[in-house]
Amino acid sequence: MSTTELSELVALDIPSPPALERLRLGIADTATLTRRDLLIWLRNPAFIFFTIIQPVMFVLLFRYVFGGAIPVSVPGGYVNFLMPGIVAQTAAFASFGTAIALARQLQKGVIDRFRAMPMARSAVLLGRLSADAARLTVTVAVIVAVGYAVGFRFQNGAGPAVIMLVLAVVLGLTICTVSAYVGLAIKDEESVGSFGLVWLFPLTFVSAAFVPVSSMPGWLQAFAKNQPVTIVIDEMRALALGGPLALHAWQSAVWLAGIVAVFVPLAVREYRRAG
Amino acid sequence: MLAPLGARARDWEGPAIFVEGVHKSFGEVHALSGIDLVVERGRVLGLLGPNGAGKTTAVKILTTLLAPDRGRALVEGRDVVRSPAAVREVIGLAGQATAVQEELTGRENLEIMGRLYHLDRDTRVRRAGELLERFGLVEAADRPTKGYSGGMLRRLDLALSLVSLPSVLFLDEPTTGLDPRSRNGMWQVIRELVSGGTTLLLTTQYLEEADELASEIVVIDHGLVIAAGTARELKSRVGGDVVEFQVVERARLQDATGAVRELSDAEPLVDRETATVTLRVGDRGSHALVETVRRLDALGIHTEGLGMRHPSLDDVFLSLTGHGAEEAQPGASRRRGAERLRAQE
Repeated sequence: MSTTELSELVALDIPSPPALERLRLGIADTATLTRRDLLIWLRNPAFIFFTIIQPVMFVLLFRYVFGGAIPVSVPGGYVNFLMPGIVAQTAAFASFGTAIALARQLQKGVIDRFRAMPMARSAVLLGRLSADAARLTVTVAVIVAVGYAVGFRFQNGAGPAVIMLVLAVVLGLTICTVSAYVGLAIKDEESVGSFGLVWLFPLTFVSAAFVPVSSMPGWLQAFAKNQPVTIVIDEMRALALGGPLALHAWQSAVWLAGIVAVFVPLAVREYRRAG
Repeated sequence: MLAPLGARARDWEGPAIFVEGVHKSFGEVHALSGIDLVVERGRVLGLLGPNGAGKTTAVKILTTLLAPDRGRALVEGRDVVRSPAAVREVIGLAGQATAVQEELTGRENLEIMGRLYHLDRDTRVRRAGELLERFGLVEAADRPTKGYSGGMLRRLDLALSLVSLPSVLFLDEPTTGLDPRSRNGMWQVIRELVSGGTTLLLTTQYLEEADELASEIVVIDHGLVIAAGTARELKSRVGGDVVEFQVVERARLQDATGAVRELSDAEPLVDRETATVTLRVGDRGSHALVETVRRLDALGIHTEGLGMRHPSLDDVFLSLTGHGAEEAQPGASRRRGAERLRAQE
C-alpha cells in the first residue's frame, strides 16, 4: 500500500450511543468508582485516622482542655457551642482525603488509564464525591456520638438536628470540590500533603467554630464574620440550639452554590488536561 | 485459556494504526514535529528513541489522552479526535507508571477494571482468573498489591490493560526499571500475547528490547521519524560487521586505538567510560579480528571481551543520530548483545 493511497483512508463514522444509554453507563461507572474509593479508604489506616480518630481527639481537646477558658453565652455551655463548630471543621478537613487521593491517582497513572477507557468522563470525579459523601456521613455521625458522650445535646428538636447534619455533609462536599481542584492542579501527593491545604486552616480556625468571633481583634473579625465557613456554622448553630434561621440560610446557600459553581468546572478542566 | 485478542474491530480493513503528519507542541517545546506511522493488524511496532524523543506523546495521542495540534491519527479506523470514545473501545494501555491501586488486591484491581468495561459478572470474574493465571499471579491474587515486587506490578499492570481483550495494545516502556530477570519474564509474556494476533505498539529506550519483540522498528528523535524498517534492515544500513574490545589498562586506550585505527572503515568509536573500542570492518570481519588480536598482542595490550559481531541497534542509533542511544544504560545492552551473538556463532 503506498502513502498516497493511505492518505485517502477515510475514518469510520461512528455515531455516539443515545443519551439515555450514556446516562445509564455513566451512573454504573460512578457506582463502581464509589465502591472502589470506599474500599480503598477502608483499607488505608492513615485515611481512617484522619477522618475518625483525629476529629474525636479534637472534640476531647476542646471540650476538656481549652473549653474551660472560653466563655460563651449559649444554653448548655461551651460543649453545645463547640459541637456544631467542630462538626463543620471536621467536615471541611475531611476534604483533605479527596485532594491526596486524586493527586496520588494522577501520579500513579490511574487517571490516565481511566481516561483511555470507554467510561463516562464525569464518573471519576462523581464517584470520588459520592464516596466522600459516605465518608463524611460516617465522620459526622461519629463526632456527634462522641459529643453526646461528653455532654452535648441538641436543643431545637430532631428535624433541625437532622438538617444540621445534612448541612455539615454538604459543607464538607463543597470543600471537597475545592480540594479536588487543588489535588488535580498540584498533581503531586507529597506537595498536596505538605502545603496543598494550608488554606483550610484560616478558613476553619479564623471562624466561629471554636470561639465567638466577638473575642477576636476588630480587623480579624471582619474576615471571620463574613467568610463562608462562619456563615454555615452560624446556621448550623441556629439549627442545633435554636435562633433565627433565615438570613444565614440563604447566605449559606449562595456561598456553597457559588463555590461549587466555580470549582467543579475548574476541577473538570484539570481532569481533562491531566494527560 | 484467554480468548484470542483482537477479535473486535472487524468493521475495518485498513491498518490497525495510521498516523499522518501529527504535530504536538507544549509551548515552545515541539514534542512531535510531523510523524507518520503505519502498523498493519497483528504486527508489533517498536517505537525507539531516547528520553524526550516524543515516544510517550505519540502514545498519548493514539490513546486519546492528548489531542494532536495538527495531523490525523486513526486506530482501527477510528479517528482519535472525532471519535475518541470509539477508539477507547478497542485499545488497551499500559503507561509508564504502574497504574495499580496498592490498597486493593490483584484480583480486585482486575475485577473493577472489568466492571468499568461493563462486562457481566461471570465474564469479569472468569477473565480476572484467567489473567491472574496467565501472568503468574495466582498465589498473590488475594493479597493487596502493596506487597508485590516490581516485576509482579508490571505484570498486573499489563493484565489490567487486557481485561477488555483490546485489538490494539499500547505499552509505554514496559520494562523500564526492571531487573534483567523480570525483564526477560515480561518479554516472554509479551511474545505470547502478540502470537495471538494483537496489534502492539511498544515504546522503549532499550534497543535490545525492540530487537527482541518488534517486527518493525521506527526510530524517533526530537519528534521526527529518523528511520523505519525491520531490525535487519536497520542494521544493514550501518553496513557490515563490528569488532569490539575493552582495554584493561585505561592508560593504554589511546595506544590501542592508534594500533587498530586503519582496520576500521570509519574513525573507531571510543567509549571512554567503559574503555571500549568499536571498529567498523565491513565484510572483512574475520581478517580484521585476527589482525586486531595480532596488533594488540604485539604491543602487550590486554583486552577483555574482544570479539566480532553483527551491528546492534545501538550502532544503528549512533550512526543515525550522531549521539548515543540511551542515557539509561550506556554500553550495557551493547555488551549483552555482543555476548549473545558470540555465543551463537
